[in-house]
Amino acid sequence: MYGNYDSGTAGAQSAPQAQQAPQDQDQYQDADAQQRFDQLIAADQRIEPRDWMPDAYRKTLIRQIAQHAHSEIIGMQPEGNWITRAPSLRRKAILIAKVQDEAGHGLYLYSAAETLGIDREELLDRLHDGRQKYSSIFNYPTLNWADVGAIGWLVDGAAIMNQVPLCRCSYGPYARAMVRICKEESFHQRQGFDILHTLSHGTKSQKAMAQDAVNRYWWPSLMMFGPPDEESSHSAQSTAWGIKRFSNDELRQRFVDMTVPQAEVLGLTLPDSDLRWNAERGHYDFGVIDWDEFARVIRGDGPCNAERLRRRRQAHDDGAWVREAAQAYAEKRRPVEAKAS
Amino acid sequence: MNQPNDPGKRGWPLWEVFIRARRGLSHQHVGSLHAPDAAMALRNARDVYTRRGEGVSIWVVPSAAIVANSPDEKDSFFDPAQDKVYRHPTFYDVPEGAKQL
Repeated sequence: MYGNYDSGTAGAQSAPQAQQAPQDQDQYQDADAQQRFDQLIAADQRIEPRDWMPDAYRKTLIRQIAQHAHSEIIGMQPEGNWITRAPSLRRKAILIAKVQDEAGHGLYLYSAAETLGIDREELLDRLHDGRQKYSSIFNYPTLNWADVGAIGWLVDGAAIMNQVPLCRCSYGPYARAMVRICKEESFHQRQGFDILHTLSHGTKSQKAMAQDAVNRYWWPSLMMFGPPDEESSHSAQSTAWGIKRFSNDELRQRFVDMTVPQAEVLGLTLPDSDLRWNAERGHYDFGVIDWDEFARVIRGDGPCNAERLRRRRQAHDDGAWVREAAQAYAEKRRPVEAKAS
Repeated sequence: MNQPNDPGKRGWPLWEVFIRARRGLSHQHVGSLHAPDAAMALRNARDVYTRRGEGVSIWVVPSAAIVANSPDEKDSFFDPAQDKVYRHPTFYDVPEGAKQL
């Protein structure tokens, strides 16, 4: 079921031991396997866990899926920040469900990453010691309730734009995880829109609060699509491998085109004086993104980088006794269950 | 490398999750998760994979218990089925006028 081409791994993936090639045939087999891999990619077929794949393909996927998984669980923090202060029981229940979804998305993605032969604990270590990143958007603070709306509408909206093409990604387990995630994200985006719509049709100060949140989250949301195409280092190879289907700038443009009319329905403005319809292009033109800010936040100098990681490590450490207790209970029960069956 | 159910590993064993979406359908593989034992695996599977009523029945199976054919022998393994087109009804010419055949 899971596993990879590397020999010597235990569990389900190595069950057909008898089929392992002798050492001296490895090179011949690799060329053969590479050709099969290339054919599958060319035919737009999916690569599955036990298929041979180039090391660089495996590494790229581990990096991308792990970063994605980390983003989901770090993303629980800015929203979780408002659970105890949600304005009504209904909104509180909805926000709890949403934050729980983010945890679930993290779990789907860690599972997908593990099919590439990496251990979940290792992935968490890499997050905790900063070797792997998460989406820089979560290094911005949620200062008021409207920010929860702005995250749902803009951040989840941008995430959906990025993620829908990943449902057709060439790596099967990642694509399948994305199908589940995209279904659930639609609820997230609508709940964010609903929060902002209610605020913008409320009192003057409620509307101002909604506008303020949109003002702060608009530009960081546009940065979520990554650097401009000419500076995107991994894009060409990822596109050739069928991991990436559209360029950063293409997706960013689609997001702007989708969001401008929605902002009009909300009765809110987007903080960009250069934003206007370009009839010739058939798209909205928009202003210049502050890529220095993007680089700064990725480097670790965003408003909340240290706080997010500190909180993550603390949650992991605080949960250690629960994991140990569950493990001890399982070990204690094992002889009893073995006897009963 | 990933070694499910290896006692030397830091984490909990890996389980594969299968869900029956509705009565009348078979269980389908939906993903995997880690859990210390079968009871926890079932509860975790409910929370991770059926938050929106996606199932009426869940199976969890230790990943290490699954035996699979090797992808490297894919062609030869499935070879016996490749040259027997007469197993498909479309192989046969049906004369005009033969009904309900």
